[in-house]
Amino acid sequence: MSMAAGSGGLGMTPPGTALEMVGPSPRAKRKFELSRFIGPPIVLLVFVAIWQYMHVSGMRKFFDKPGFLLPSPFTVVNESFGHALARDKLLNGVKWTAVVSLIGLSFTIVVGMLLAVIMAQARWAERAFYPYLVALQAVPILAIVPIILSVFGTGLLPRLFVCAMIAFFPIVTNTLFGLQSADVGQHDLFTLRGANRWTRLWKLQVPAALPAVFTGFRISAGLSVIGAIVGEQFFRGGSKPGIGIVMESYRQKAIYPQVYGGIILGSALGIAFFLIFGWLGRRVVGNWYEASGRS
Amino acid sequence: MTATSTPLQRSGAPALRFSNVSMVFPDGTHALAETSFDVFPGEFVTVVGPSGCGKSTLLRIASGLNPATSGSVTVDRSSLGYVFQDATLLQWRNVLRNVELMAELEGIPKAERRKRAQAAIDLVGLTGAEGKFPKQLSGGMKMRASLARSLVLDPSVFLFDEPFGAVDEITRERLNDEVISLFQRNGFAGLFITHSISEAVFLSTRVLVMSARPGHIVADFNVPFDYPRSPELRFDPAFAELSGRISHELRGAHS
Repeated sequence: MSMAAGSGGLGMTPPGTALEMVGPSPRAKRKFELSRFIGPPIVLLVFVAIWQYMHVSGMRKFFDKPGFLLPSPFTVVNESFGHALARDKLLNGVKWTAVVSLIGLSFTIVVGMLLAVIMAQARWAERAFYPYLVALQAVPILAIVPIILSVFGTGLLPRLFVCAMIAFFPIVTNTLFGLQSADVGQHDLFTLRGANRWTRLWKLQVPAALPAVFTGFRISAGLSVIGAIVGEQFFRGGSKPGIGIVMESYRQKAIYPQVYGGIILGSALGIAFFLIFGWLGRRVVGNWYEASGRS
Repeated sequence: MTATSTPLQRSGAPALRFSNVSMVFPDGTHALAETSFDVFPGEFVTVVGPSGCGKSTLLRIASGLNPATSGSVTVDRSSLGYVFQDATLLQWRNVLRNVELMAELEGIPKAERRKRAQAAIDLVGLTGAEGKFPKQLSGGMKMRASLARSLVLDPSVFLFDEPFGAVDEITRERLNDEVISLFQRNGFAGLFITHSISEAVFLSTRVLVMSARPGHIVADFNVPFDYPRSPELRFDPAFAELSGRISHELRGAHS
């Protein structure tokens, strides 16, 4: 009676039945892996070469500026990470920045997702909030920093605020998009059995939203690092020095290699967040989510 | 013309009754006009008609997903089975948990619904695939899971909205066999929508032909073949003759 399943006497699926995993062929997979491992180092190599060239003669040739403004990549690595003093300063800075951006991000995630859930409940709620979300996104952060400064003073709180402002939009929009992504037929199922709003939210909309939610997390995680660093540049007092402050103090002393070292560490932090949330997302939805056909 | 039911071993109250049901959508589309017919327990009624004639609307009204503009539907919705055109499985649930869904929404305790889900899975031939996610299933297997999901409530009325339109011919015939064996086993009242005449004749005790929009029933055929029906029935001269008559009505319905 049955076409495929369970025909193996031990409850095992014989090979070659319709039960086989749908996925890329081994060959396609291998090619993909190869390009994954070879591509990035090549680009890095080219990048470092151009950087070195700019240091040696490019800065003078193209911009008529001294080469020390762009130290050689080898100097940068050596000065920033080869000496205990600078290394500790930079690493402590990036640690503190990580803490600030994680606190900011957590806060943003909680508030942003709550807002998205509210907006997903009714068309009018979405319409009411959306313009202000866009406005928030469009506000030039630097322009309102003086206001934030006068409201919150210096210290941790205003940094978190800047962090949240920058990271908020992707969380809300991606969560909202995700909550609305359950298809009409799936909603009909819930309607048939008279499911209430709460059941629909927990058993349908939230799980359907997860892939988009993790996309939002990934984008916002990177932004929250930027937010934390921008925040540090403006609110120097009252809190431990993050990577932004460490970089700024090196710049004021015209010690450029460590400034670039700080930039590298700051980006590394953003990349780490991106990778961690990407990994977390794959852990949570990788089993069932088909990435193809949706971005 | 509305349905003139020709009773054939029917008894008691109909499981599903459409009385003068009309449907006009907010955009002005006149989908159904004064449609009346009954589906009795133990009957398998298939509606065929040109596409866009309001066949699916019948099911949406029967299930309560859409209210009719006028007229009434009498049906017990407490254990309604409804198989959609798409399998509409929840991507994040494996087969077992998808099949449990309707029972879960109904508030049936976990142990009980798991037992029922397993039984339904075995019945549709998905044993061994309980842990698979929808993306790992073929089209036919998705439809089986979708069938099983409705079976868990042991429906007395079973609605099918062109469920096998998207699967290949062989799979479709196999799924038709399964629907027939479920029908024989569970004795629900079935209302099936399709645009395939051969599928309609093969499955049903009765075939209704619907006109183009606004849809209404223009012909009502009894299908005299005994169950269980073997695949060879499709090549029986009587089968062809009946299909021909339905096809003729259907062509009339288009104009």
